[in-house]
Amino acid sequence: MTNYLDFEKPLADIEGKAEELRAMARANSEMDIEAEAKALDAKSAALLQELYSSLTPWRKCQVARHPARPHCLDYIDALFTEFTPLAGDRNFADDHAVIGGMARLNDQPVVVIGHEKGNDTASRLKRNFGMARPEGYRKAVRLMDLADRFKLPVVSLVDTAGAYPGIGAEERGQSEAIARSTQKCLQIGVPLVSVIIGEGGSGGAVAFASANRLIMLEHSIYSVISPEGCASILWKDSDKMREAAEALRLTAQDLKSLGVCDQIVAEPIGGAQRHQKDVIEAVGRAIARNLAEMKKHTPEDLRKQRREKFLSIGSKGLAA
Amino acid sequence: MNWISNYVRPTINSLFSRREVPENLWTKCDECGTMLFHRELHDAQNVCTNCNHHMAITPRERFTAMFDGGIFTEVPVASPLADPLHFRDQKKYPDRMKAAQKKTAETDAMLVAEGEIFRTPIIAAAQDFSFMGGSMGMYVGNAIVAAATRAVELGRPLVLFSAAGGARMQEGILSLMQMPRTTVAVEMLREANLPYIVVLTHPTTGGVTASYAMLGDVQIAEPNALIGFAGARVIEQTIGEKLPEGFQRSEYLLEHGMLDRVTHRKDLKEELVTIIRMMMHLPPPIAGDLPAPAETPAEAPATPAQSAPKPKAEAKPKAAPKGKKK
Repeated sequence: MTNYLDFEKPLADIEGKAEELRAMARANSEMDIEAEAKALDAKSAALLQELYSSLTPWRKCQVARHPARPHCLDYIDALFTEFTPLAGDRNFADDHAVIGGMARLNDQPVVVIGHEKGNDTASRLKRNFGMARPEGYRKAVRLMDLADRFKLPVVSLVDTAGAYPGIGAEERGQSEAIARSTQKCLQIGVPLVSVIIGEGGSGGAVAFASANRLIMLEHSIYSVISPEGCASILWKDSDKMREAAEALRLTAQDLKSLGVCDQIVAEPIGGAQRHQKDVIEAVGRAIARNLAEMKKHTPEDLRKQRREKFLSIGSKGLAA
Repeated sequence: MNWISNYVRPTINSLFSRREVPENLWTKCDECGTMLFHRELHDAQNVCTNCNHHMAITPRERFTAMFDGGIFTEVPVASPLADPLHFRDQKKYPDRMKAAQKKTAETDAMLVAEGEIFRTPIIAAAQDFSFMGGSMGMYVGNAIVAAATRAVELGRPLVLFSAAGGARMQEGILSLMQMPRTTVAVEMLREANLPYIVVLTHPTTGGVTASYAMLGDVQIAEPNALIGFAGARVIEQTIGEKLPEGFQRSEYLLEHGMLDRVTHRKDLKEELVTIIRMMMHLPPPIAGDLPAPAETPAEAPATPAQSAPKPKAEAKPKAAPKGKKK
């Protein structure tokens, strides 16, 4: 069953009608509905194309958060071999919102780290909806250290609404854990390629995305605050999230113009949620290409390049 | 004529008489309600003399109280692009900036200075909560990079006083990018083996705590400062329960192992210099009131010909602040 977003409602109506017709035809073999159903299919395909050719920033947020979008584990399963998850921060716990471990990408051993949101109620609860606690960031720091020592490139897959806001998380130093993870991203002497596959929510995303190369999916977002949060603070009305999404310039396209994002991976019409396999493969190619480009770089070059990249961000703005 | 004598005149009189009361001479402590005379409050660096509540202090006031003889030189900060996203909420971002600049007479939410504390040369950076909630945008990022660069250049430690609600939303992703950017600045100090000391003041939250404000070699906080990543309201809404007493306050963080020390504002200068001199392998500081430092550090040992013609300059320490703009 397709999970429709609110702006896809007209599409749901058409696809529903076509489905109904075909169901009737299956029950009654004398009915000939194929021509009519095909017309409906064409209509829905045209509508889908139209909807996705000009998504507003808020609609992109909705697509980026779509529950049927491929998540971290889907990418790991499809792109990597010999994935060996490694757990725990050696201090307090293993955070299931963060997945990490060693794996091979086209036979090359790498360390892969990412936020996992989960795909059903049970897994979402287990993964805390992809919102990491300090242990998750400290696990990432540990894995990046390991990657650095054994000269394994790091791939991070970012997909989080943000770091988890909770009493325990604060008591155990959520902010310090995020700061250390960002610091580790900048310190390691191995290539770090980061992909925002859905939501890049604030500091919780920065902690993994302070990379040599930042790749974003076409309909992914990366923002200092959620549009709802921004609306409730600046507009004093959380229903103004459309305006906030617009103002924040959080789309992959705007971030590329600002020099924050290095490459955009196109999504097929209808978004990653409708074409999981294609999108995952395209992401795999983009990661492999970026890693290959950095293969010859020395640890010093990689650190320097990361530093210079972040120091120069902010030198160009957006057209009015 | 009755309403004139009964209403208009008293109203006018009250307007005038009210104006004559020098209201700004007294400040009410927001914690205990004690009325504090401005001189007394100034001498106490905006700490309530009755209940020790630490009120906000501007970077300029803090630096004047902290640096020897109140002398410091501002470190220039590169100005970033103004309004790169053309951000507009209910107001335009440039309008908000202009209002904040007018209110504070500062350029943005951070001031960087070089000077000496107990004759120990340092670089200091302080965040200004009165400027748009101290929010971290590109200017604050530039200020921290400038502070670290200058510290490395002169081989001095960096002391950073944080105070911010978080990142500046009006700069969108570019404010978020100050998290890795300021972390690069911290890395510069780390590589040069220079002490980086953070003093967290009320309040320090959000992206600021999740970057440079939590990466100090030594982490000190002023008493009862609110320090945390997520806002209390967000946490309450997420978990649906009341927060424990003292949650996200300095003493609570100290108790949970997130800070090295909680220090009263009046003791900060001495504590900073003690720590810094140990980290820099310098002898203990000379305690007590010192004259203001000379313009150029005396080069040892001076020849008689050089030192003889300047008796006046030595007798009278220079007290004129050279780094102050206003």
